[in-house]
Amino acid sequence: MSDAYLELRNVSKRFSGVQALDQISLRIMPGEIHCLAGENGSGKSTVIKVISGVYQPDEGEVLIDGKPFVAKSPVDAIERGVQVIYQDFSLFGNLTVAENLSINTQLREKRTWVNWRRSRQLASQALQRLGVDIDLDAKIDTLPTAQKQLIAIARSMMNDVRLIIMDEPTTALTGKEITTLFDIVRDIQRRGIAILFVSHKMREMLDISERLTVIRNGRKITDGPTRDFTEALITKHMTGHDIEVDHFNWKPSTTSVTPRLEVRHLSLPGSYEDLNFKIYPGEIVGISSLLGSGRTEFALSLFGLMTGFSGEIRINDQPAKIDSVQAAIAHRIAYVPEDRLSEGIFPTQSINRNMLSTMYERLSRYLVIDREKAASLAADMIKKLTIATPSGEKPVNQLSGGNAQRVVIGRWLLTGAEVLILNGPTVGVDVGSKAEIHKIIRALTQQENGLSVIMISDDVPELVQNCNRIVMMHKGRFLEELVASQTSEDEINAKLKSFG
Amino acid sequence: MKFFRNSEAVIGLIIIAAMILIGAANPAFWDLDNLFSLLQSNIIIGIMALGVLLVMISGGIDVSFPAVAVAGMYLTVHGMLLTQYDGVLLPFLAATLIGLILGALNALLVYRFKMIPLIVTLGTASIVRGLILGIIGTSMINIDRFPKVLINFTKSDIYTVVKPDGTTSGMTSMLLIYLGVALLIHIILKYTMLGRGVYAMGGSAESASRVGFSLKKTTFFVYCACGALAGFAGMLHSSMIWLCNPRDFVGMDMQVIAAVVLGGASIFGGSGSVIGTMMGVFMLVMVKNSLILMKVETTWQLVVLGVILIVATAFSAKRDRKSRT
Repeated sequence: MSDAYLELRNVSKRFSGVQALDQISLRIMPGEIHCLAGENGSGKSTVIKVISGVYQPDEGEVLIDGKPFVAKSPVDAIERGVQVIYQDFSLFGNLTVAENLSINTQLREKRTWVNWRRSRQLASQALQRLGVDIDLDAKIDTLPTAQKQLIAIARSMMNDVRLIIMDEPTTALTGKEITTLFDIVRDIQRRGIAILFVSHKMREMLDISERLTVIRNGRKITDGPTRDFTEALITKHMTGHDIEVDHFNWKPSTTSVTPRLEVRHLSLPGSYEDLNFKIYPGEIVGISSLLGSGRTEFALSLFGLMTGFSGEIRINDQPAKIDSVQAAIAHRIAYVPEDRLSEGIFPTQSINRNMLSTMYERLSRYLVIDREKAASLAADMIKKLTIATPSGEKPVNQLSGGNAQRVVIGRWLLTGAEVLILNGPTVGVDVGSKAEIHKIIRALTQQENGLSVIMISDDVPELVQNCNRIVMMHKGRFLEELVASQTSEDEINAKLKSFG
Repeated sequence: MKFFRNSEAVIGLIIIAAMILIGAANPAFWDLDNLFSLLQSNIIIGIMALGVLLVMISGGIDVSFPAVAVAGMYLTVHGMLLTQYDGVLLPFLAATLIGLILGALNALLVYRFKMIPLIVTLGTASIVRGLILGIIGTSMINIDRFPKVLINFTKSDIYTVVKPDGTTSGMTSMLLIYLGVALLIHIILKYTMLGRGVYAMGGSAESASRVGFSLKKTTFFVYCACGALAGFAGMLHSSMIWLCNPRDFVGMDMQVIAAVVLGGASIFGGSGSVIGTMMGVFMLVMVKNSLILMKVETTWQLVVLGVILIVATAFSAKRDRKSRT
């Protein structure tokens, strides 16, 4: 039964003693949409690299069309019809659409001279094949992410491609763009091209794929037709244990009635208008909206990064003037940005330094840092947030997404934050870590004088599970407020769809 | 409006506006004599700038080219005096080759040891200058000893006018060499896969290697070309001024990089053009020239050049950051 286009048979791969892949087997049929599911670090990217010829397996074999295939370099795999679309798309931002699309072909033909007319022809053919219309002379840098991805897909289809591997293709896309992408993927499939969809997002996998292979710690755990799987089942296979989906159980406080944070008639022309909002201690309030609704601007205003708004911000029923980050921190407001890697972290610095970075002033006497106190504070926080690390000296860029996110949260807890604004708290974090982060956030709100959390997220299930209230935002306005226990994912999704 | 998004067109307009302004303030600017000397001053800076342009598009930087130029010209002219060699072509080839070898050294350090280009080339610049002064000598080769064959070579003009007072003034034919080099680099950058590889590497080195460009080849190409052009320019420079000074080209690094940035090349790599760079060079030389016409002291020229470098870089950085988000 070797009618598979591509097959891995008992492939193992070791890197300096670490078993990255252990007897992995995988079969991809022609024209099939196959999902490779696994958490970060499970070996997904090693599988991609073995298929695409970047790595050669130590044991086992790769077969294409039933014949053993030994790739010495990515070029060999491309010649046998395997194309990879990496997460960063591998496009040249400084070059035009036409050149990006044609450069591979011209390189492979080992040309010395560039034929610009042919370049345009190749490019427009490639775009026509996908049925999309993008200006050939536009520079890639000026295009939105979704269009960049289309270019990358169009480029991968220019040769005689039989299998396209997409590595986490939906990470930077909005809901609507994901729908478009899926339509295109199905269209590609109709041409008999197989797709290997590498992801850790349940819903998308269930939605798009026909077959599914789950790997964990370099081993294949299970495979089968996607219809045999449920979200909970995949999660279980991916993480190795059941992750209970419980809802945030919020009990209104009996004593305190002053809101921790309140905004009245907050407006910033061009971003948001007349926002009124209250959050009490111990609450987790979600903000659900489409991209570009003004929600990030709202968060940045509360954190003093965007100024010039009108209206009033009140902290514990006192007017507060927030015109700088320093002022926001002084009012015990903390913000964890969407893109924590570029905005929120010093990647090459240690966990300790990252966590203590906002409070060195408070830790020092006569300009000298109290090192012992600093070390013990950091160690306590590592424990409290269950950051998986042998020591606090490890640089943050060596941590997984979930652990890096905890470091950022830990930093703000150390400053004594009372209002924590989380913008996309679990983007790029795998399922296991995600549940863990949710647990930590909830636990923090339930302490005495609990934290107030504003959670901005595109992940509707995340909001429904973790918030007690959810505010729907659209075009710079808060439209309505839902009580989380009385709404459902479907209801919110329907509302979001009506916005689009 | 597409016209205005094209940085070359913008630079061109600025140059024309500046010429009108400078000419209005000082009519001597439009004297044929002055225009000829203005163009002549473009040649050396221009050839060096074209080399630096290649390196900058690839995402690197080279500050060693003034030292490389000194090495090229001083070693070659010394060699000519020692051997009593009487020719033009071979010395120019030798200077170019010396530059190419030093460029290859830069490339080796940058590529093999993944070192930061600025540090590498600062280091090689210092080493090269030190070795020349320490081993070859510190004395200038003046017109009385300078090879006559080189002097005669650069004396030819492409165009001569006789002025009313009977004196003549001419445009040196060395301008053709500059234009030839510019055309060559333009063709390489625009119409060869090697040239597109330079842009690709400057845009994203990782993507470039995934697509199948050889980063090694590209890195060696840009640094070798930059070195070779510097060696050649050094040789041409001393032939044109009939003087070979081992301490020459001090401050040239700043001027050339300023010209390249003025010409629209990105400091982050990935963009820049030959036309733009030539206009950047022209603009820089014109500013220097008009400062001289206005009898501004040379010390103040340094201040003006520094300001130009910073302002041009600030604009280009702002533009590139915008397009990246």
